[in-house]
Amino acid sequence: MTEIISLVVAKYNYWLYIVLMMIGLYAMIAKNNLIKKLVGMNIFQTAIILFYVSIGYKTGATIPIIKNAHGSHGAEAAVIHAAEYINPLPHVLMLTAIVVSVATFGVAMALCVRIYQRYQTLEEDELRMRLSEK
Amino acid sequence: MNNYPAILIIAPLLGAFFAGLAAWIQERLSYPLALISLALSTFASVNVLMEVIANGTVHYRMAGWAPPMGIEYRIDLLNAMVLVLVSSIAFLNLLASYQNVEQETHDRAASFYVAYLLFVVGLLGVVATGDLFNLYVLIEITSLTSYTLVALGDRDRAPLASLNYLFIGVIGASFYLLGVGYIYIITGSLNMVDVAGILPNLPGSSTVLVGFILCLLGVWIKMALFPLHVWLPNGYTYAPTAFSRVVAPLMTKVMVYVMIRLMITVFGLEYIFVTLHLSEAVVWLGTIAIVFGGIMALAQKNLKKMLSYIIVCEIGYMVGGAWLGNELGMTGAILHIVNDALMTFALFLALGNIVYKIKDVDYSNLSGLFGKMPWTMAGFVLAAFSIIGVPPTCGFFSKWYLILGAFEAGAYHFAAALLISSLICAVLFFKVFEICFFAPEGNGLSHDNSHGHGDPVIVMDEAPVASLVTLGIVSLALILVGVYSGTIVNTIILPFLR
Repeated sequence: MTEIISLVVAKYNYWLYIVLMMIGLYAMIAKNNLIKKLVGMNIFQTAIILFYVSIGYKTGATIPIIKNAHGSHGAEAAVIHAAEYINPLPHVLMLTAIVVSVATFGVAMALCVRIYQRYQTLEEDELRMRLSEK
Repeated sequence: MNNYPAILIIAPLLGAFFAGLAAWIQERLSYPLALISLALSTFASVNVLMEVIANGTVHYRMAGWAPPMGIEYRIDLLNAMVLVLVSSIAFLNLLASYQNVEQETHDRAASFYVAYLLFVVGLLGVVATGDLFNLYVLIEITSLTSYTLVALGDRDRAPLASLNYLFIGVIGASFYLLGVGYIYIITGSLNMVDVAGILPNLPGSSTVLVGFILCLLGVWIKMALFPLHVWLPNGYTYAPTAFSRVVAPLMTKVMVYVMIRLMITVFGLEYIFVTLHLSEAVVWLGTIAIVFGGIMALAQKNLKKMLSYIIVCEIGYMVGGAWLGNELGMTGAILHIVNDALMTFALFLALGNIVYKIKDVDYSNLSGLFGKMPWTMAGFVLAAFSIIGVPPTCGFFSKWYLILGAFEAGAYHFAAALLISSLICAVLFFKVFEICFFAPEGNGLSHDNSHGHGDPVIVMDEAPVASLVTLGIVSLALILVGVYSGTIVNTIILPFLR
C-alpha cells in the first residue's frame, strides 16, 4: 500500500494528467448537453498540455535563460550545464497546441451557436428527436 | 537547390490569404486566385516527383535549420507520389466545382475558397513533413478547416454532423499528440529519421510501445477505421458537394499514408512485425471494416451515404494490406492509396453532377438518370467498375496485389473479405444502375420541374461542362493508371520499399 502511495506521490502530475484526461473523455462521451461536451473537450486537451509541461520539468532547474550570458565574457561563461535548465522544447510545442485547441474551441462554439439558432436547444437527445421527426 | 517543396505548400497558403483579401474588394476574384495557387502547387509537386525519381530523396530545411532541431521536409518516392495525387485532385476538383459552390454556398463562396485552400495546405503539409510534431499541427489545420467546410453544407444537419466530427477528431488528434509526447520522452527528438535512428537502441521499451499505440489509435480515428468510423458517413453526406468531392478521396487516404509513414520510416517494419504481435489482430480489424462497410452500404437508401460507407470499406483494404507483413500487401496498400483516391474522386464528381441537377439523391429520385445525364453516368459506371475491380480499370490491380499478399501471409479471411466486398460492391452499384436505367421515370417526387407529364422523351439535362471535362480526365486516369500500374509499382513503390 505504501509503495503505491509513494508511486503516486512521486509522479503525481502524471497521475493527475491521466485523471483529468479521463474526466474530459467521460464528459465528451456521456454528457447530454453540447456545451458540457465542449467543456469536457477542453479538459481533455488541457490534460495533454499538463503532460507535456511535466516532461520538460527538472527538479531544481531554472527557466532556460543562460546565466551570466551577458557581462562575463571569456572562458568561465562557456560552460553550460543542461541539468540546470528546464527543457523549453515541450513548452514551446504546447504554445502551438494551445493555439490549436483555442481554434478548435472557437469553431465548436460557432457550431453550437448555429445549432442553437436552428433548433433552440443544445440537449443532444432533443436534437436527435427533432432530427428524426423530419 | 530549388525551392519546389516549399512552393508547393506556400502557394495555396498565400493563395488563401490573398483570396480572402481579394474578396473584400471584389467577391469574384477569390475563385481565380484559388485556382492559380493550386495550379502552381500542382506544378511544383510534379517537379518534386520528377526530381525524386531522378535524384532520390529531397531534403528541404525550413529556414535553413538543420534537423533534428529544425523542421525538415523530407520527400521520398512515396511522399512525392501522394503529393502529386493530393495537389492534382484538389486542383481538378476546384476546376470542376465552381457551379456547385455557386449553387450551394453562394453567399459564402469566398470563405469557402479560403477554407478549401487551407485544407489543401494542411493535407500537403501532412504528406511533405518529416517532423512528428509538425505533422500534428498540420493534421489539425486540415481537420479544423474540414469542420468548418462540413458545416457550410446542409443547413439543417451539417452543423451537428460537423460538431460530432469535431469531437471525435479532437480525440484522435489528442491521442496522436500524446503518442508523440511518449516518443519524445524516450528519444528526445521529433524528427522522423532521427527518431528512427534512436529507436532500435531501445529494445523492449514500454514507453515506445505506448507511444506507438497512441499514435496509431489517433491516426485510426482520423482515417475512420471500422469501430472508429462513426463521424464519417454523416460528415461527408451533409458537407457541401464541392467539399465532399475533395475530402472523400483525400482525407482518409492521407491518413493511411501517415500510418504507412509511421510504420515504415519511424518505427520500422522489423519493430512492428517481429517485435510486436499486433499484425494478425489489425488484419482482422481490416477484414471486419471491409465486411461491415459493405453491409452498411447495402443498407443505405441514399446515394451519397452509400458512397460514404464504401469509403469505410476501402479503408479496411488499405489498413489490412499494410499490416499483412509482406511486400505484396504493402505494395497493394500503397497502390490502393492512389487508386482509391482516383476512384472515389470520380464517383464523387459524378455524384456532385447528379446533386447539381436533382437536389436529393435518395434512390427513389434517381430514375431515368442514364437518359438525362449520359456523360455523368458513363463516368459513374467506369468508377463503379473500378471499385468493384473489373480488370482494365485501376481498382483491379491493387486488389490483385492485396489478395496475393493475403495468400502469401496466410490471411485467408482477409482475401475472402476482399472477394466478398467485390461482390457486395457489384450488388450495390448494379442496384443503382437498375434504378437509373430501368425504373420508370416519374415514380419519384423530384420531377415536377420537367416538362408536362406523359412526355415520353427524356430530356438531356447535363451538368456544367467543366465538371464533365474533369470527370472525363479522371475516368481516363482510372484506365491509364490501371494500364500503367506495373510502371508505378516498378518505378515508385518497389524502390521505396527496398
